[in-house]
Amino acid sequence: MSAQAPVKMKSEAGLLDIWNRLRKNHLALFGLVIVVLLVFFAITADFIAPYRYDQQNLMKAFESPSKEHFFGTDEFGRDIFSRIIHGSRISLQVGMIAVGIAVVFGGLLGSVAGYYGGRIDNLIMRAMDILLSIPSILLAIAIAASLGPGLYNMMVAVGISSTPQYARIIRGSVLSLRGQEFVEAAKAVGSSDTRIILKHIIPNCLAPIIVQSTLGVASAILTAAGLSFIGLGIQPPTPEWGAMLSGGREYIRDYAYMTIFPGLAIMITILALNFLGDGLRDVLDPKLKR
Amino acid sequence: MENKKLLLDIQDLTIHYITESGNVHAVENLNLTLEHGENLGFVGETGAGKTTTALGIMGLVPNPPGKVMGGKILFEGEDLLKKSERQMRDIRGGKIAMIFQDPMTSLNPVMTVDKQIAEMVLLHNDVTEQQALERAQEMLELVGIKRERAKDFPHQFSGGMKQRVVIAIALACNPTLLIADEPTTALDVTIQAQVLELMHDLRRKINTSLVMITHDLGIVAEMCDKVAIMYAGKVVEYAPTEALFNRPTHPYTEGLFNSIPDLEKDEEELKVITGLMPDPTNLPSGCAFHPRCPYAADSCSSEVPAMLEIAPGHFAACPVRAGRWAKTEAAPAEVKS
Amino acid sequence: MIKYIFKRILSLIPVMLGVAFIVFTLLYLTPGDPARIVLGDQATEEALHEFREKEGLNDPFLVQFGNYVWKAVTRGDIGRSYMTRRSVANEIMSAFPSTLKLALSCVIAAIILGVPIGILSAIRQNSLFDNVTRFLAMVGLSMPVFWQGVLLILLFSVKLRWFPSSGFDTWATLVLPTLTLACNPLAVITRMTRSSMLEVVRQDYIRTARAKGQSERIVIWRHALGNALIPIVTVIGLQFGTLLAGAVLTESIFSIPGVGRLMVDAIKMRDYPVVQGGVLFIAITFSFVNLMVDLLYAWVDPRIRAQYK
Repeated sequence: MSAQAPVKMKSEAGLLDIWNRLRKNHLALFGLVIVVLLVFFAITADFIAPYRYDQQNLMKAFESPSKEHFFGTDEFGRDIFSRIIHGSRISLQVGMIAVGIAVVFGGLLGSVAGYYGGRIDNLIMRAMDILLSIPSILLAIAIAASLGPGLYNMMVAVGISSTPQYARIIRGSVLSLRGQEFVEAAKAVGSSDTRIILKHIIPNCLAPIIVQSTLGVASAILTAAGLSFIGLGIQPPTPEWGAMLSGGREYIRDYAYMTIFPGLAIMITILALNFLGDGLRDVLDPKLKR
Repeated sequence: MENKKLLLDIQDLTIHYITESGNVHAVENLNLTLEHGENLGFVGETGAGKTTTALGIMGLVPNPPGKVMGGKILFEGEDLLKKSERQMRDIRGGKIAMIFQDPMTSLNPVMTVDKQIAEMVLLHNDVTEQQALERAQEMLELVGIKRERAKDFPHQFSGGMKQRVVIAIALACNPTLLIADEPTTALDVTIQAQVLELMHDLRRKINTSLVMITHDLGIVAEMCDKVAIMYAGKVVEYAPTEALFNRPTHPYTEGLFNSIPDLEKDEEELKVITGLMPDPTNLPSGCAFHPRCPYAADSCSSEVPAMLEIAPGHFAACPVRAGRWAKTEAAPAEVKS
Repeated sequence: MIKYIFKRILSLIPVMLGVAFIVFTLLYLTPGDPARIVLGDQATEEALHEFREKEGLNDPFLVQFGNYVWKAVTRGDIGRSYMTRRSVANEIMSAFPSTLKLALSCVIAAIILGVPIGILSAIRQNSLFDNVTRFLAMVGLSMPVFWQGVLLILLFSVKLRWFPSSGFDTWATLVLPTLTLACNPLAVITRMTRSSMLEVVRQDYIRTARAKGQSERIVIWRHALGNALIPIVTVIGLQFGTLLAGAVLTESIFSIPGVGRLMVDAIKMRDYPVVQGGVLFIAITFSFVNLMVDLLYAWVDPRIRAQYK
């Protein structure tokens, strides 16, 4: 009897496989490259930027883009290109810390709510509903207005305003995992609740958290830029892109480049993060085949 | 066989699904016939290609992955594969109707049941909406559902009743051919019996020919005049029901019957057919069944067996076992263990 | 059904109380002395003290909150602006129509464009049209509203002089702000329509409709869309809320006298009662809109309607 050709095994969802599948999505790859580039800029800003971000030179104010100043200079003669590069550090910091806050607090609240259920769940979710009934930008504005100006206050404001979404997502994951058998097995062996949450449930929630975080950094940066735009948060001379945009508005008639470049920086960053986030979602969530 | 008498004559039908992991040979050189007024049972395991064949007849093979690679589907003498989309739309529901497997999801959740039946009527008859709704109510009564429920939504019916609605839709325009794709698989056994009986009655009232796709030989025994056994995209045995049950010839058919436990005997283990269904992207050479076949000869792995008429009206695609039921015979082909 | 509606409205009350609490707390924690802000730096210590007594600023926190809620519920009084000394409620009410006009025009634009494009994108999945649409939708989502507004002003107001960049009385003044603010909801609605349609089109009942011999056009526009609309409606409701908030930035840029600009100016001037009132107002409106959407959802989907009969 002739043997049948062996059945091809579907490749497992290991890290390598995820990487391979992500690679095929050109947009996501583009996003990843940009993000890596941004991180690089953020880390090496001090070395790469041709000028310091607060280096004023009033005699060279309002210069159009040139070889010396790639993106021109602003009203104080500061090099816009350098400021944008330094701005990447600020934006990434804001994005990551804000999302970090939201993931930690949201995760805590969500997993406690989902795991214990009952009244605790009700209480926590009511609180989240209240927060969610205020559109998040507004909530960030309200918190930032109350905390006062400053970079760190802004991060906290954006972080808190994003917390409810993460709480919801993680609660959902926890709820669906809680009923599964491996949790019962862990309980039967005597694992404490904390241990179960940390070791079993949270690792399985990772996929939606990663996707939401990537997209979340994007929206955090957007919100932060928005806050800076209306004057909350960043104080000059910090080179935050939103603040730069706001500052350039006065001069838009004659020196449009002062607003174009910061806006472009924001847009490309957000676009890249969104592509990456979308790509990750396609890859990590097998059910959502487009 | 004269082509004029045949209602349905499928010749060498080949349908593939073209996917990233390979070409799925869902239906491979399939041949099948059905005469007017006949009931054909179309039997095979899940994945054998039965639904794909049915979709092929209806012209509903999903086109991005699926593609008809060749063959003919002659319905009342005309090749359906050559018809335009508009012509096919007239035929669908009007001349050939199909009911699908899962009644829970086959009905539009946001439309009342009478409108869903009426839609079918309106598509193939020149009547007013009011008349169509009337007809819908008649059909509901015909399948055993009270008229008062005509304005209800699908979710308000149980599984068995939903399937009755599906049948009502399918038969609303008195189609010549009804293809039923495992219509009772998703239902409880008791409901199953009711639905089958309903189909039996209606079929006779409306005089529809039936292709009953199923993996349940019991249903075949009860409802069908002829049976076609399908394996890996091909028909491997085709015979009148009585002949198939009493004289199964193809080794696969034999395996199927052997695996049915005997009520009267005491058995310790179920007899299964060894091996697995072949990978449809990589079918075995020659006879697709040969890796699992206890009677396989050397030639089985190199030559694709043709359908042999081993008795009038009884065909089997196995040269090795073709002579199994012949009364005067030389020693049967060597059995490889 | 009426009972359900009533119950839902009733359940809004604790949520609103919660929002009021948060907003009030934030205000309470804000650094700065309201008395000094209103009366100015030249005010005497006496005057400041008198003001604080009158406004109840020396009372304990919960008493102040209780007063606030009581006054709001019984008289619709949510404080006075520090700047104009007019009632906050008045200020908001006179600003609201503009915001509403802007939000409505954006929602309408987003639906009229987004739904058909989403459907076409789903029907022609992976075609050039689909890919371009998805790319543009992404861009639309990623564009900061304030930058877009500024750019549009640059292009259409300054250089081309086609549309005015401020004011809000004529049709022309509606164009640029709508273009700016509608991009985000348009992108979201397009994407949601597309994915909802893709999901629905795979369902068995669509196959049944085709098996009846129904034309593809009707299968898509009646059967598929009829079912796909349900989640889309929810998204539209959420977008309306985002619009109310995003209007904040857009109104600033285009000098539209709406609630958003009212709040931005109030922040700059440290006129916190207005900020607080504005946030409360928008939160209530948002919750109300979501309630409407939920009810609409129940009305459209017979399965849900049945649950509440």
